[in-house]
Amino acid sequence: MKNFKLSGGLFPLKRLIDPKELIVPRKIPKDVHFPDQIFSILVKLSALALIGLFISMAVVIFIKSWPAFSHFKWEFFTRSVWDSWRQEYGVLSLIYGTVVSSLLALLLAVPISLALALFLNELAPKWLSVVLGFIVEMLAAIPSIVYGLWGVFVMAPFLRESVQPFLSKYLGGYALFSGSFYGVGMMCAGIILAIMITPTISSISKEVFRSIPHTNKEAVLSLGSTRWEMFKVALLRGGFSGLVGAVILGFGRAFGETMAVTMVIGNKISLDPSLFAPAQTMASMLATQYGEGDEFQLSALTAVGFTLFMVSLIFNSLAVFLVWKIRKRYGK
Amino acid sequence: MARFFNRFWISFFLLVQIGCFPKKTGIKNKQSPSDKVEEVLLVNGAGASFPYILYLKWFSEYRRLKPEVAINYQSIGSGGGIRQFLKGTLDFGATDVPVSDKDVKKEEKQKIVHIPTALGAVAVTYNLNLKEGEVLQLGGKVLSDIFQGKITKWNHSSIQELNKNISLPDEPIITVYRADGSGTTAFFTEFLSQRSAEFLKKIGKGKSVQWPVGVGGKGNEGVVGLVNKMKGAIGYISASYAVVQKIPVAKIRNKSGSFISPTTKAIMAAADSAMTENKDYLASLINSSGEKSYPLSGFTYIILSRIMPEKKGRILVEFLNWALDDGQGFSEALNFNPLPESVRQAARKKLSEVQFQ
Repeated sequence: MKNFKLSGGLFPLKRLIDPKELIVPRKIPKDVHFPDQIFSILVKLSALALIGLFISMAVVIFIKSWPAFSHFKWEFFTRSVWDSWRQEYGVLSLIYGTVVSSLLALLLAVPISLALALFLNELAPKWLSVVLGFIVEMLAAIPSIVYGLWGVFVMAPFLRESVQPFLSKYLGGYALFSGSFYGVGMMCAGIILAIMITPTISSISKEVFRSIPHTNKEAVLSLGSTRWEMFKVALLRGGFSGLVGAVILGFGRAFGETMAVTMVIGNKISLDPSLFAPAQTMASMLATQYGEGDEFQLSALTAVGFTLFMVSLIFNSLAVFLVWKIRKRYGK
Repeated sequence: MARFFNRFWISFFLLVQIGCFPKKTGIKNKQSPSDKVEEVLLVNGAGASFPYILYLKWFSEYRRLKPEVAINYQSIGSGGGIRQFLKGTLDFGATDVPVSDKDVKKEEKQKIVHIPTALGAVAVTYNLNLKEGEVLQLGGKVLSDIFQGKITKWNHSSIQELNKNISLPDEPIITVYRADGSGTTAFFTEFLSQRSAEFLKKIGKGKSVQWPVGVGGKGNEGVVGLVNKMKGAIGYISASYAVVQKIPVAKIRNKSGSFISPTTKAIMAAADSAMTENKDYLASLINSSGEKSYPLSGFTYIILSRIMPEKKGRILVEFLNWALDDGQGFSEALNFNPLPESVRQAARKKLSEVQFQ
């Protein structure tokens, strides 16, 4: 009720004004004052510097990785091999490991994070919401190596001794749950990453849900919807682009995560569909191999860095495209 | 109120500034103990991470003896050490494997002097429920089959054959390897390649190879962590790390057929017998035929140019002579293995060939 008073009750007349009239015209007037001109140049420069940084990074990485690219050509992306003895390098299994471990993390983390955010915002009593929200945000502040250690010493043995035998017994027929039990591997990495990105996704989506005006929710409820329908229509659909942003941030963290993944993924070059099998990601490969390596291997590693750069660019663009497409469909 | 705080902060920072200056000059005075020494000469080195702790100890001890010399060392890995040294950015490099023909041209290689500084070894550790006092015994051929994934169970006949008195479980073997490029892997794969032609053909050797089976851990601690957590696991680590961790370590069969644990004595014996056989410390210790040699042993080296600039060169050679002599006394306390006398003599001779200009 308090909110109702603030948004509409106190100044009901404001509602009569077309909100479009309040928006400042897009055309920016020219600066006439000298300090303003200086300021505008400074602002433009810093914006350009960011773009310049991005481009120069891409260029430098590409130049450094050129020996590997020019030697292997497209085979660099289609082969799954990392052999410094024979000087054969190919990133397919690394791309696979990175994408699958991150998607697995999203698969586990997104429903939980959204549910958590909904619960904290809409259902939980105030005191619980404050306490839980604080704990979730604390989780985001834990350094990744701590997650990695916990993964090796607690999660991996648990998976190896309890979860994987169970899954293998009941779902062993599927390729996803076959092979021997190591504990460390794709499954462990996915779970650890999911735990790491849950606070990121849930705290951002919490803010997204909070930013949706109460009047929207009340409007949906007043049309006779259930609470679940209200969540669906007012919150999930209304905050869609914000939620996608939250998921992208989480995905980005999972994608580039290095230390924790290195510790729990098993570091093996292979294209095994089983979630039990050890695998390797691009970021983890860079972290483990960069210290020691000859000139050509370093070039191949830089090429892995360039690939990571490109793949994450592609995934982010895809997400932006998705948001744009859906917005268009709902005419927002 | 705000104004008060502003004043407070300004005066606070002023006080900090004033307080700082005399202190700083105080530190400066401390750093040059006598006015006779005009400046400290800085010698830069980088490379292998394995002997890092030993080198740090040496440099600080040597600084105490000769305050005018400061030696700076960064542990960036053997590969990085060789690369930076060849580029000429370092006064000396450090590496666990001698500079190979792959790294430089033949005539360039002639200009590099290798000085062994310490002995290291690779230990094979395992996680099995053995009885008190029982130690697993393994040979090169069996190890290469295990790490190729050809032997998958602990009670396989060829393992059982080497361990007649131990009842081995019917459990799968999980191999654990170093995921990061390291001299430990280089030693280990060199050993397996020498013992099995098939291993060399299928997997090869080097600081990082593509293992067909098993899981990888980062660093010695990563490998030990994985082995400790998995029943039936087997992995290889630096022997000095195994000593610190007090974990089970297998006996390895050497060239003369006896099974040897990686003790300091056995590692030094390997170096000694290899030295008498080859008259050169650059040859690998794997095939040293001494009865008490631990086969998975190797040197770690410092590399410098045959022709050095006058001042720095003399300092570095003087330091290395000290390291080969008094420096060896620090090795064992830090779990490194000192060099036997035969190797030290050869190294001293090599050092005397360094020219200054």
